[in-house]
Amino acid sequence: MSQTPPPRKSFIVRNPSVLYFLAALALFTVFVAVMSEATGTGLISTSFVKTLGKTLCFCLIAIAMDVVWGYCGILSLGHFAFFGIGGYAIGMWLMYARTELIVAQSLAGQVIPPTQQEVTDAIGKQIFGVVGSSDFPAIWMFADSLFMQLAIVVLVPGLLALVFGWLAFRSRVTGVYLSILTQAMTLALALYLFQNDSGLRGNNGLSGLQNIPGFADSGQDVISLVFFLASAAALALGYVVFAWITDSKLGNIIQAIRDDESRVRFLGYHVESYKLFVFTITAIVAGIAGALYYPQAGIINPAEVAPIASIYLAVWVAIGGRGRLYGAVIGAALVSLLSSWFTGGGAPDIDLGFYKIQWVDWWLVLLGVTFALVTLFAPKGIGGLFDKLVRKS
Amino acid sequence: MTTLLEMSGISKNFDGFQAITNLSLQIGEPELRAVIGPNGAGKTTFMDIITGKTKPDEGRILFGDDSRSLIGMSESEIASLGIGRKFQKPTVFEAQTVRENLAMALKNPRAVFSVLLYRKTSKGAERIEEIADEINLTDQLTRPAGELSHGQKQWLEIGMLLAQSPRLLLVDEPAAGMTAHEREHTTDILKKAAKTRAVIVVEHDMEFVRRLNCKVTVLHEGSVLAEGSLDHVTKNKTVVDVYLGRTDAGD
Ligand SMILES: Nc1ncnc2c1ncn2[C@@H]1O[C@H](COP(=O)(O)OP(=O)(O)OP(=O)(O)O)[C@@H](O)[C@H]1O
Ligand SMILES: [Mg+2]
Repeated sequence: MSQTPPPRKSFIVRNPSVLYFLAALALFTVFVAVMSEATGTGLISTSFVKTLGKTLCFCLIAIAMDVVWGYCGILSLGHFAFFGIGGYAIGMWLMYARTELIVAQSLAGQVIPPTQQEVTDAIGKQIFGVVGSSDFPAIWMFADSLFMQLAIVVLVPGLLALVFGWLAFRSRVTGVYLSILTQAMTLALALYLFQNDSGLRGNNGLSGLQNIPGFADSGQDVISLVFFLASAAALALGYVVFAWITDSKLGNIIQAIRDDESRVRFLGYHVESYKLFVFTITAIVAGIAGALYYPQAGIINPAEVAPIASIYLAVWVAIGGRGRLYGAVIGAALVSLLSSWFTGGGAPDIDLGFYKIQWVDWWLVLLGVTFALVTLFAPKGIGGLFDKLVRKS
Repeated sequence: MTTLLEMSGISKNFDGFQAITNLSLQIGEPELRAVIGPNGAGKTTFMDIITGKTKPDEGRILFGDDSRSLIGMSESEIASLGIGRKFQKPTVFEAQTVRENLAMALKNPRAVFSVLLYRKTSKGAERIEEIADEINLTDQLTRPAGELSHGQKQWLEIGMLLAQSPRLLLVDEPAAGMTAHEREHTTDILKKAAKTRAVIVVEHDMEFVRRLNCKVTVLHEGSVLAEGSLDHVTKNKTVVDVYLGRTDAGD
């Protein structure tokens, strides 16, 4: 052979879209920071900074969904369960630590200093009063430690995905059966959380999460900007990691699994291990996204992990375009922002004379129709159209 | 020539349909073997059983120098032992390039983390070039496999087999849908591969089998009807009746 193989190009050269994405994200981040109330200009309100920060978290879980579904072909309809677990884990610390400060303040005026037991009881009463209890359930045992709760953000979604995935993939559950199983998983989690004796305040959920303990003096304008920046950093990091994984040889294998799983077995690859790896790592990223999201949302309750949430996630990725990470980002950002615009009363209602289209009710119909149209006419989603434009120029 | 694969007394029943009946067969290393038989004779099922896709009801399959039993092993374990397979319907990964298809098949560690951290080597790249040359796809390396012609896909799949460096190659109908010229090249690839390893080829086309110029096993209703040179088996009265007779009438 005279032809010498081409020298191996670096990751960035092979994936210029990663650089474009990072540049766009950086520009956007600087723009929002400059325009935010925290810097004094205030052209972007604090609540909108929060909306944008939450949107970045959605983009992060969406790229995870794209890896597991778009690249590996596992249509998980349960990844919001991991997102919710991340949120609950960080929420427990936020609630505990803040209540502890409040209780300490109110007890400080007493002549006889309170005992540790009295303090703990008072915190318990504050937190669990709504469900008629004041005892700390066992799952709160690490709630006073930020470090432990952060570890839980990563470990619990990871372990749950590992065990669930191991059972499902080992039995070769695939396709729609696997999707149903993941729906059952997130439904089971929601039902569990809805119970008052789950130890997580039943349908009240955890609230006041926007108040960061120890930063009572910082206004929400600053806190919201910090979380916005943290979400942007997490998205950037997640994007690079997933781009690197999908570009590696493992990326080839998981796409091959998506296209013909049994053929990959005959090449000697243990397909189940690959699926398990992808399922678990994306679950961990979903957990991290949730942990960043809920301090910006301020509240988490069991409805957040209802089965429909994970279905929306799949819709975002489908509309944005599967199998391309920026597609997932576009889909998640566009659809979730439009959704809050339409359902938040931003979109003007249309008066047809005989009928008034109120977007609060009709947004879902519009979304459903869009989803159907995209599936039928642009199976590669918005990202696919984007690809065509770029190739033409 | 030492024995590489030994099957004996294999039977398989699909919900009351006896697909394989007391099948016994031995393959040496190196050896080229053609397996022929009418439609539904059980040729594909025979390959399914060796590769672990289908579990036999009875019988044993021993492979390799230490005569390891393949029964009960998973598809990926059997493949890792050195048994590669080309399917009757060509299955390549259409969304990925020819080079990526070959790279996935290359004989390298298959564990998740070694694959994640795998760095392309110049040795691997050379091997891919070498195989691409052998299967006439050097110009197509950067094309998505889905854009190849039917015959080229068949070659790519054979190339993926070669890339695995298996000891035993199972090739199901490699010449289906190929032009006469392509068929000729395919026989060359298979004959060359069989110089150093065991190759079992299932094929309907008699001309193709004749060109392979090797020992032939005739399957009928799931068991071996005759074995020997093509001339020898085609003289066999029963073979003529069940197989050649039927092909003249049907195919
Ligand atoms: N999974 C299965 N379940 C039920 N019957 C099966 C199964 N696989 C194969 N069979 C039956 O077993 C018989 C042998 O099939 P096989 O595919 O092995 O034949 P073949 O010799 O490869 O035929 P062809 O030349 O058409 O490829 C056929 O009658 C087929 O219908
Ligand atoms: Mg067949």
